[in-house]
Amino acid sequence: MAIEIDTSAFTEEAHELLSELEDSLLELETNPTDQELIGRVFRAMHTIKGSGAMFGFDDVSKFTHEVETIFDMARNGTLPVTKALIDLTLAARDHIRALLNVAAGIGVADEAEAKRIINALKDLEAKESEEETKQSPPRWQRAEKTDLDITANKDNIEPQLFRIRFKPTLDIFANGTNPLLLLGEVRELGETNIIAHNDNLPSLAEINPEQCYTSWEIFLTTIEGENAIEDIFIFVTDDCDVNIRLLDRENSVAAEPQKLGDILVQRGDVSKDTVENAVKPLGDRLVEAGAVSSTHVKAALEEQKAVKEKLEQKKRKESSNTVRVPAEKLDNLVDLVGELVTVQARLNQISLSGGNHDIQVLAEEVERLTGELRDNTMSIRMLAIGSTFNKFKRLVRDLAKDLGKQIELTTEGAETELDKNILEQLNDPLVHIIRNSVDHGIESPEERIAIGKPPMGNIHLAAIHSGANVLIRIKDDGAGLNPDLIRQKAIENGTISMDSELSDKEAFQLIFGAGFSMAKQVTKVSGRGVGMDVVQRSIENLRGSIDVASTIGKGSTITLKLPLTLAIIEGLLIKVGDESYILPLAAVEECVELLAEDKKNTHGRHVINVRGEVVPYIRLRDRFLVEGKPPDVEQVIISQVNESRVGFVADDVIGQHQTVIKSLGKNFQLSEEFSGATILGDGSVALIIDLAKMVRLVELEEN
Amino acid sequence: MDVESIENSSQLLTFFLDEELFAIDISKIREIIEFTKITTIPRTPAFMRGVINLRGSVVPVVDLREKFNMPIGENSVNTCIIILEIAIEDGITIMGIIADSVQEVIKLEGDQVDNPPKLGTRLPSDFLVGVGKHGANIIMILNVDKILSAEELSTTMQEDAA
Amino acid sequence: MSKKIMTVDDSSSVRQMVFLTLKGAGYEVVQGVDGEDALTKLKASQVDMVITDLNMPNMDGITLIAKLRELPQYKFIPIIMLTTESQGNRKIEGKKAGATGWIVKPFKPPQLLNVIKKVLG
Repeated sequence: MAIEIDTSAFTEEAHELLSELEDSLLELETNPTDQELIGRVFRAMHTIKGSGAMFGFDDVSKFTHEVETIFDMARNGTLPVTKALIDLTLAARDHIRALLNVAAGIGVADEAEAKRIINALKDLEAKESEEETKQSPPRWQRAEKTDLDITANKDNIEPQLFRIRFKPTLDIFANGTNPLLLLGEVRELGETNIIAHNDNLPSLAEINPEQCYTSWEIFLTTIEGENAIEDIFIFVTDDCDVNIRLLDRENSVAAEPQKLGDILVQRGDVSKDTVENAVKPLGDRLVEAGAVSSTHVKAALEEQKAVKEKLEQKKRKESSNTVRVPAEKLDNLVDLVGELVTVQARLNQISLSGGNHDIQVLAEEVERLTGELRDNTMSIRMLAIGSTFNKFKRLVRDLAKDLGKQIELTTEGAETELDKNILEQLNDPLVHIIRNSVDHGIESPEERIAIGKPPMGNIHLAAIHSGANVLIRIKDDGAGLNPDLIRQKAIENGTISMDSELSDKEAFQLIFGAGFSMAKQVTKVSGRGVGMDVVQRSIENLRGSIDVASTIGKGSTITLKLPLTLAIIEGLLIKVGDESYILPLAAVEECVELLAEDKKNTHGRHVINVRGEVVPYIRLRDRFLVEGKPPDVEQVIISQVNESRVGFVADDVIGQHQTVIKSLGKNFQLSEEFSGATILGDGSVALIIDLAKMVRLVELEEN
Repeated sequence: MDVESIENSSQLLTFFLDEELFAIDISKIREIIEFTKITTIPRTPAFMRGVINLRGSVVPVVDLREKFNMPIGENSVNTCIIILEIAIEDGITIMGIIADSVQEVIKLEGDQVDNPPKLGTRLPSDFLVGVGKHGANIIMILNVDKILSAEELSTTMQEDAA
Repeated sequence: MSKKIMTVDDSSSVRQMVFLTLKGAGYEVVQGVDGEDALTKLKASQVDMVITDLNMPNMDGITLIAKLRELPQYKFIPIIMLTTESQGNRKIEGKKAGATGWIVKPFKPPQLLNVIKKVLG
C-alpha cells in the first residue's frame, strides 16, 4: 500500500513563499541592487523547488528549477536585475501558483506560458553573455555587495548577557553625576538584575554623605551591543571603575553554567585556594570565613542564575517553533471561550446571591482564569496587517500600469494587529478604496507635471492603534474630491434637493449613497456603479466607521475605524422596561440623571444640560415603543457618536458587562439598530445597541 | 421543493396553529423545544416575536399566526417552538416558529398530495408546497424557505415598522 | 514643575539653538552671555542644571564651573560643557573643575536632549 503524504503543508508553505517572493520582487524593482532581496528571491524559489520535489510536485519543481537557474546568475552578479527580469520572474511566480492550483484540481496548466517565460528568461541570459564579452570592467553591483552584506546581518542579533561592574569614585557627586540615572539608562537597554554592594559603607559616625560608597553589579540581557553600554558611562569612565564583560560568548553558554566557586575566582572576588578549602554550602562557608562578603556571593549566584536562564531560554527557543492550526479550530475555540465567559457570568451571579463564601472564592478564581483564557485566545487570533498591505503593492503596480500612471504605494504600521476575521473581511473594501484612489485620485503623470506635482503619485496606507480601535488610513496625493461636483451630481440623481445646504464634510458623505458614481466614464478599474455604499456597509458590518477628508488638488484621506476584535466587547448593561440592553462601553463617556424638572425645563425637547454643554438625547423608551410608567429618575448615558455627544435615556444602568457578541441570525438583517445580541448571566438574551446607526435613523426620521 | 420532491421524501411533521393543521418536511426541522422566554426586538413587525437563547446561540423566533393573520390564543403546556433550518441566500439559518401544539410525523404518498390551489387557502400560493390529505384531515404543507426568506422577512418588516 | 536650565555662551546663535531645543522639550531656560553674567544670575536664582561654553570673554567656562562648585547650592547639580576640541586638554581641565559631562560642537538637538536626560533624569 502506498503511503499517503499530507501535501497540504507544502502547498500552504509554497503559497506563503510565493507571496513573499512577490513582495521581494516588487521591492527589488525599487532597489535592484539589494543583494539581500535578491538572496530572498532566490531562497524562496529554492525552497519551493526543493520541497516541491520532496512532496511529489514534479511540475512545480522542474519549472521553478529553470527559473531559479537563471535568477542564480543575478545572485552571482552575472545578470543585472532589470525590469524585464522582474516582470518575467513575477510571471513565473504566477505560473508556479497556477501549477499548484492544478495540483489541487483547479484549472489546467498553460504549458505555452511556461515555455514563453523560460525562453524569454534564456533570451535575457543569452543577451547578457554577449554583452559580457564586449564590456569587461566589473559591474557596479559587485562593488556594493560587501557593504550590503554587513547591514543585512544586523537584524538577526540575539540578545546577549552582559555583566557590568560600576564602582564610582568617592567624589562622583561632586561632578554633579547621579549614578542612579546611569543605572536607569542601563535598564532601558534590556532586562536587568542589579545588585548593590555596600561593603565599603563606613559606620554612621564616619560617613560623609557627600560621598558615594556604593558600587553596583548589573546583569543585562540586551540586543544592543557593548558600545551602547559604554556610551552610558562615557562621562564617568575616566574616574570611575567601569567593567563590561560579555558573559555568554557562544562557548560559555553552550556549556553548563559555571560553578559558583569558579565564578568567584574568575571574577577575582576570592582566591582559588580559599574556594578549595571551603566545604559546602560553598557560599555560606566563604562568608563565614570572611573571605568574601555576602553581597558578593549573592552577585555570583545571580550571575549563575542569569547564565542558566539564558541557557534555558536558548534551549526553549530551539525546541519551540510555531504551530499551524486550521482557522476553524481557532474559531471553535473562540466560540467555546465565549460560552465559558457567559457561564462564568452566571456563576458569579449565583455565588453572589448564594452567600456561600467558598463558592464566592471559587467563582472569583474562575473569573480570573476565564479572563486570562479569553485574552490569550483573542491574542492568538490577532494577525499583523502587513501581509494584507503587501498584497496591495502588486495591485497598485498592475492598476497603475494599466492606466499609464506612476504610483508608489507606501505603508506604515504593518505590524499593527487585528482580529483575523476582521482582516479577512477588510480586504475587499480596501481593494475598492485603493482602486478609487488609483483611478480617480491620482492624476496622469502629464497632468501632475502640469500642476507642479511630481509625476509619481503616492498612496499611503497606514494602520494605527487607537484605544480599542485600529485606524486604517488610505491617503493619496491626487486630485481630491470636489464637493461642488458631488452636490451637483447628487441633485441630478435626486439624492438631495436643489436648495439643500451641505457642508463639504456632509457632501463627502454623499459618496456613500447607493449607486453613486463620480466617474465621468466607466474605466476598466472602477466606475461601474458598485460604489462606496458597499464599502460602507462592509465596514459597518465589522462594527467600524468610515470617514472622508479631502482637499481639491491636494488629495483625499479615507479613515477606517475598526474594533480590535469582533467576538467580545466591554459593554454597559442597561434596563429599559422589562428588557435589558447592552451599549458598547468604548463609546460611553458618563452617566447622568434625568430628573422630572430637567424634562420640564426643556419643554419636552430632548436635550439636557451637561455641565454647561447642551447634549441631545434619545429616549430609548420612546424609541423602543415601551409602554408603562417610567421611573421618576431616568439615567442618561452620555456617549460619543461620530464625534458628537449624544445621550441615551434608560430606566436604569446595571453596570459593566463582558459582552460575547452573537449575531442576530446570519444572512439577513433582523433590525438595523442592533448590531447583535448577548446572553446574560440568567440565560436571557440582551440586544446590543448600535449607537451610530440608531442616531442616524433618528436623524433621518426627525428631518 | 415541489410536489415531486415530496413524493421522494414525504416525512412530514404536523402541528396546529390555532385550530388548523399544518406540516413541514422533517428534513427542515432541527429540533422541537419547549416554549421559553423570548426577548422582543423593538421596531420589528409583530410576527417577528424576538430572539431566544438556544444553548448559547441567539435564534430568531417567528409567529406564523401573526404572519397568516390568525387569532393568537393563550400559551398552553403544548405551546412549543419548532427550530428550523432555513436556506437563506447561500447559507443555512437557524430560526424558530411557534406552534400551538405538535402532533405527529406522518408519511404521505404522492397521490395524497395535491398542488396548492390558487385560491381558497387565504395564503399566497407560493407559501405552500402542497395540500395533503390524511384521513379526514386537510393539511397545509408549508414552504418554509419561502415564508422565512430574506425578502419576505425584510419587505414585510419595512411595511409594518413604518 | 519643569526643570530650569541655564545656558551660557557668548555666541548668540548657539544660545538660541540651545534655548529653542530646551524650550521645545518643556524645560525652563535662562541665558548667560559669559561666565561673569552667568555667575551673577545663578547666584540670584537657583537652576537645576548648567550648560556652558568653555571659551568666553570675561570669565571662561572652566572658571565658571570651579566657582559654581564652591557654592553650596551648586555643589551637586549637573554641569555640561560645550567643547569644540573633542579630546583636548580642556575636557580634562573641565572635568577636574567639576563638570559632569560634555557635548562636542557642532551637535544636533536630539544629542543635546539625550545628554540632558542622562544627567538630569
